[in-house]
Amino acid sequence: MTVTDVSATAPNAQGYRGFKLGGFHFSRDEFFVHLSWPTGKHVISADTFLKALQRDVAWDFFYGTVNFDHVFGTVNHYGTVDMFAGRFNDAYRKAELDHSENFDTLLIRETFKEMLDDWTNASFDPFASPTETGKPFGVKNGSNTAAVTRRRVAANRMVGVPGDEQIRTDATHPINRMFADVPQDDPDIHAEPGFEGEVAAYNLFAYLSRSDVTWNPSVVSVCKASLYCPTTEEYILPVVHGNDRVEWFVQLSDEIVWEVHDRDTGAPRSKVTMKAGDVAAMPGDIRHQGYSSKRSMLLVWENASPGLPELISTGQVSVYPVDF
Amino acid sequence: MTTYETKFGSLDYYEKGGIEVIDDDPKHYAFSNVFEVANASAPWEKVAVGKNMEYVLEVIRAEGTSEWRTCAHDEFPLVLDGEVTIELVKLDIPLVAADKHGSVSLGGEPIGKAMGRIVLRRGHQALLPANAAYRMSADTASVVLLQTIHGDDTIERWAEICLS
Ligand SMILES: [Fe+2]
Repeated sequence: MTVTDVSATAPNAQGYRGFKLGGFHFSRDEFFVHLSWPTGKHVISADTFLKALQRDVAWDFFYGTVNFDHVFGTVNHYGTVDMFAGRFNDAYRKAELDHSENFDTLLIRETFKEMLDDWTNASFDPFASPTETGKPFGVKNGSNTAAVTRRRVAANRMVGVPGDEQIRTDATHPINRMFADVPQDDPDIHAEPGFEGEVAAYNLFAYLSRSDVTWNPSVVSVCKASLYCPTTEEYILPVVHGNDRVEWFVQLSDEIVWEVHDRDTGAPRSKVTMKAGDVAAMPGDIRHQGYSSKRSMLLVWENASPGLPELISTGQVSVYPVDF
Repeated sequence: MTTYETKFGSLDYYEKGGIEVIDDDPKHYAFSNVFEVANASAPWEKVAVGKNMEYVLEVIRAEGTSEWRTCAHDEFPLVLDGEVTIELVKLDIPLVAADKHGSVSLGGEPIGKAMGRIVLRRGHQALLPANAAYRMSADTASVVLLQTIHGDDTIERWAEICLS
């Protein structure tokens, strides 16, 4: 895979390149991203589009569906990815205006990465809270490659274990303004000689208080396919996540409100308010978007078993978490 | 400058959110609260608050001293309230089959080398390494959330803990 495989045009009058993937065309101007496909076209705010694109790229298309809005998004098949318009929108489906194409992950990943890099200006960080970054709008003005290509944290065993992901310090990760009151004490660790590599602990809350990104689950501990993916949340989750398996949330601090809609039709199903200590499952047949007024700590708990989406889609495993 | 207060819960004080149903069944969300569960638990009960196939999240009310346990895979306790001490021993002979899910009681004292000791307070997460023996203790009632796999001693009482 080389950059020459990505289909892009020369910069337009606003300085942004256009991109093409299969039957989908993408361009941006000062305010908007314009999309078109064989059965229709669509406009999304550059702000919404870049923040969603950033997550889709960083999460490598995540689990299930990443809806950028009510029309456009991607479905991960773990090796290939569907890019769709109107597929999870009842009206588009009824009008038979929905469109979907499947791509090798490599090609869509490279196209999205180039688009993200070209369309993100120097003053804008798509991962940051809106109060901690500049605006995404205007004509092309530099780039922010360091921000859009951040390495995704992924512990092999646990953060803080020797040789694994290390804890965050003032040098690289100052405490966020909204977490200034979070205690920074370390656990007391007394390892006998020879066992320093296995007697391990760290302060997860302090670690999260130093996160410089929002709505970006990253792995801190791994029990086979069980992954702890905590994240810090402020403002609105920039995608509407459609599940292909049950996903669990443990609210570690503060409060998040989740809008839950049907995954396939988009019809409203519930609003879930989670406060510190609350645990809730997101069923395997919904889409959800979270709202967090104050920066909060959310533990996203995923089961990364490769066979799970098929077991769910063929009805061998329930879309609901437990039966009681 | 605005000062912000970060809200964590505790056994003594927590607020519980909830579900506003539009077109659904609240049971589909298995909504519970770890402090409420721990308040209603006996010391060291392992109560599942999350379950995804064989994997579970267990709430443990840590109070007094636990029995010694061991497990064939890594487990990860996260303290959500109080203070918990963990002692670790490298067993001379692993006591459980490599494919055994969840931890088991040793039914006595471990035979092996002391690995060390960890004291965890709120927000601290530790590794319980596979095949080590471990014992926890807490002077006052504390709350542990354990990332593990469903085992013989995992308790499921969803109807009692979840919104319906
Ligand atoms: Fe999600």
